[in-house]
Amino acid sequence: MAAPPKQSTILDARSFDRTLRRMADEIVELNNGTDDLVIVGIQRRGVQLAARIVSLIEEREHASVPQGALDITLYRDDLQTVGPRPLVGQTQIPVDVHSQVVVIVDDVLYTGRTIRAALDELADFGRPRRIALAVLIDRGGRELPIQPDIVGKTITADPSQRVDVLVQELDGRNGAVIAAREAEAGT
Amino acid sequence: MTRPLGKDLLGLEPLSGDQIRLILDTAEPFKEISERAIKKVPTLRGATIVNLFFEASTRTRVSFEFAEKRLSADTVNVAASGSSVSKGETLVDTARNLEAMRIDMVVIRHGASGAARFLADRIESNVINAGDGTHEHPTQGLLDLLTLRDYFKRLAGLKICIVGDVLHSRVARSNIWGLTKMGAEVAVCGPRSLLPSAIEEMGVTVFDRVEAAIEWADALNILRLQLERMQAGYIPSLREYNRVFGVSRERLERAKRDVLILHPGPMNRGVEIDSDVADGPFSVILNQVTNGVAVRMAVLYLLSGGRPELAEAAKKSGGER
Repeated sequence: MAAPPKQSTILDARSFDRTLRRMADEIVELNNGTDDLVIVGIQRRGVQLAARIVSLIEEREHASVPQGALDITLYRDDLQTVGPRPLVGQTQIPVDVHSQVVVIVDDVLYTGRTIRAALDELADFGRPRRIALAVLIDRGGRELPIQPDIVGKTITADPSQRVDVLVQELDGRNGAVIAAREAEAGT
Repeated sequence: MTRPLGKDLLGLEPLSGDQIRLILDTAEPFKEISERAIKKVPTLRGATIVNLFFEASTRTRVSFEFAEKRLSADTVNVAASGSSVSKGETLVDTARNLEAMRIDMVVIRHGASGAARFLADRIESNVINAGDGTHEHPTQGLLDLLTLRDYFKRLAGLKICIVGDVLHSRVARSNIWGLTKMGAEVAVCGPRSLLPSAIEEMGVTVFDRVEAAIEWADALNILRLQLERMQAGYIPSLREYNRVFGVSRERLERAKRDVLILHPGPMNRGVEIDSDVADGPFSVILNQVTNGVAVRMAVLYLLSGGRPELAEAAKKSGGER
């Protein structure tokens, strides 16, 4: 049944840059400045996106914003159903998040389960004044009542399709693509 | 559905270098959890783990218990004294009874070599060997490897000398297997009466003089001299042992500049190790203890399999985001 994977572009390298720049501006706007702001990327590609957003904010606002990383593997709600144990990445929250404004950055928002896990994990580090969510692509298909505050691009993708964000550091180029899910692809 | 380590962790001898590397790499992110305000993740919620300790232990038992609790597992400790074991129940009956209460894992420490394997072959729960006789103590070996890797950023090519009572030491055995599989060079040093006769067959060098071992090594793993060995006639006296094989500050002056000192504990200060070495700048003895919790969390995580029969259903429901 596997159709040949036809891949089409959602964001090319230039629109990727432009979108992130707008998201960085919207984050500063949402927080009304850069005070008390903490940007936390979700492993893996959320981390690179968060790094880019932090440097964009630094360029515009001449302020350095603390940046962290969350690996939500140990908080997943499907650990009992996935086969071999998934690899665990590094979590690093560099500042006390108590009464800070934390912006979670992820590449693709889909079912909302990753974000549910991220909220639970973040709560173990303290009680931020506000947690906001910024995603590069919202592909719809939520299974939990979770919504983004800042979105790069909204699309409607079918469950049979997969949406991938590409970043220079890991994939050799920046962008976002959509393709048919391979028949036996795991999660 | 393959499990990365199989059902049990019984020793380092049956593991491949890749499996050991997987455990060490998995331990890295677990270190951070113990630094958090709330030192707990929900990963093993609902799993029940029995710590079955037939021999005295503080460090290992507490370390396992912290590792289990920080992963949100429910734990029960059973010690041989005060349990039905002291009424003559056999090991396998004890375990079967525990299993009838629907447990998921057993951590076992036992005085008989092979006890962990014996248990693992007879029950369905995952079994982790926390030390069996003079056979192996795999999580101690792993935490030693992790501590060495933290400092040297590699294990391949490192020169590690294990000093002391190698003959009776399960820690030594797990170290030798783990280190050689990771490409390190291993030597042992101690009185001939406390070295196994065919030790060279494990691929290690033997030093008869501790001074020569100290000059050669990047790190020394100093074993506890079990005091009952003296009564058994393996060594003339503790004082004599300290004079010939004790690691002292004077002796360390001939060592490499960044030599590391490890000791699995509990220490006999003034016997195998002098206090100014144990508390000195080269000692990573307390780092070993900290790393022990992370390594044990990694092992618990990797062994606690998911339920593969549910995996298919999960796959059908699509992505995870």
